[in-house]
Amino acid sequence: MPIDKRVASAAEALADVADGATVFISGFGGAGFPNVLIRALRDRGPKNLTLVVNSATHRYSYTHELIEAGLVRKVVCTAARGHTKEPSAFERLWMEGRIELECVPQGTFTERIRAGGAGIPAFFTPVGFGTELAKGKEVRSFDGRDYVLEHAMTADVALVRADTDDRYGNLSFRYAQMNFGPVMATAATLAVAEVRTTLDEPMLYEKVQLPGVYVDRVVTVAA
Amino acid sequence: MQPLNRLQLAWRAAQDIEEGMLVNLGLGMPVAVADYIRPEVDVFIQSENGVIGVGPLAAPDRADTDLVDAGSRRITIRSGASIVDSSWSFAMIRGGHVDVAILGAFEVAANGDLANWDMRLPNKGPLVGGAMDLAACARSVWVIMEHVTRKGAPRLLASCTLPLTAVRCVKRIYTDLAVVDATPAGMVVREMLAGLSEADLRARTGAPLVFAPDCRPLVTPDIALPD
Repeated sequence: MPIDKRVASAAEALADVADGATVFISGFGGAGFPNVLIRALRDRGPKNLTLVVNSATHRYSYTHELIEAGLVRKVVCTAARGHTKEPSAFERLWMEGRIELECVPQGTFTERIRAGGAGIPAFFTPVGFGTELAKGKEVRSFDGRDYVLEHAMTADVALVRADTDDRYGNLSFRYAQMNFGPVMATAATLAVAEVRTTLDEPMLYEKVQLPGVYVDRVVTVAA
Repeated sequence: MQPLNRLQLAWRAAQDIEEGMLVNLGLGMPVAVADYIRPEVDVFIQSENGVIGVGPLAAPDRADTDLVDAGSRRITIRSGASIVDSSWSFAMIRGGHVDVAILGAFEVAANGDLANWDMRLPNKGPLVGGAMDLAACARSVWVIMEHVTRKGAPRLLASCTLPLTAVRCVKRIYTDLAVVDATPAGMVVREMLAGLSEADLRARTGAPLVFAPDCRPLVTPDIALPD
């Protein structure tokens, strides 16, 4: 059977996401949010999820719907601050001690995921040294500079937004849509992408920004 | 003696940007620096979301929801621009390829320690974003901030009181009153507003100041704030 990673619906793409799953969600700065997949995951309703997402509260992302639906046990993110004076759903649950938060510097966040997909269990970074976010972490000095030990992250499923795919799952992105998408796909057991459009012919190799070998399922959604 | 407004502050910092630099501009006051870089100085502006070559904001009728910077602003890209993923963007930052990061701050200490990410706001979650990466790893870190808080407390301090973003990282501070370098010998005043005395500036500063022998008046054009 020739490879074809395209599935008919977001619900089908996420049919085997289980309770307790760790979920990567792409998107940053308003671009690259897999909002159709996020909503399908909410409808499926697995409990005790750990979300690994840049922002717990970005106003263009539907991430907050998973949190409001009570499906989330923990969020690993770089930004957990809501946009309004009133606390966001995340902030309320966090202050009530009903959701766990791990706040990570953004470059460390993405490098931990990259490492997870690249066979590197841990690495030293200068970022965070001497700050609260490095508290309790191993520090080592190389050539007179201090570095913090950070561990790789992997996930059960990655939800990624891209622009175009082909039957092989090759992906291309529009403008700043890429952000965490490619690296998240490399470090997840099941990498699911939503795209605006799918190509009938294989994608030209120079257009491929994420090789389909990293992508398991793709669903075409309305733009 | 009229303190600089935030656009004059951005103008002043922009004058120190040199041809060929790769520059990252933090959210808030720093992004305005881009508007005052002299046209003959060819630089690339990097945004943490992976845009290398940020241009002016997009006109509303041309704005594209996928073409944004790290602050979710709808932007354009300049000629020669490229866009990479987050891992590459931060490898660029950590690897020392960003020549200057211009950042906002709450506090800067005499040794260059920076506090700019957590004000300990009640009822608000933390937001670190790329602040620690930029502060720790840009080749130069410049800060733009008001010299004192709204309540009049100094922001230049012997040591920071708020949670640190990175240690010993700030090289230069542009305030509405002065341009100050953080050096191994402490804070050195390079420029100061005309009409302000050394004693006036010391009274508004929480760390010892050294006045450079060639300390100049801090002069900018008049730039009106938008309504």
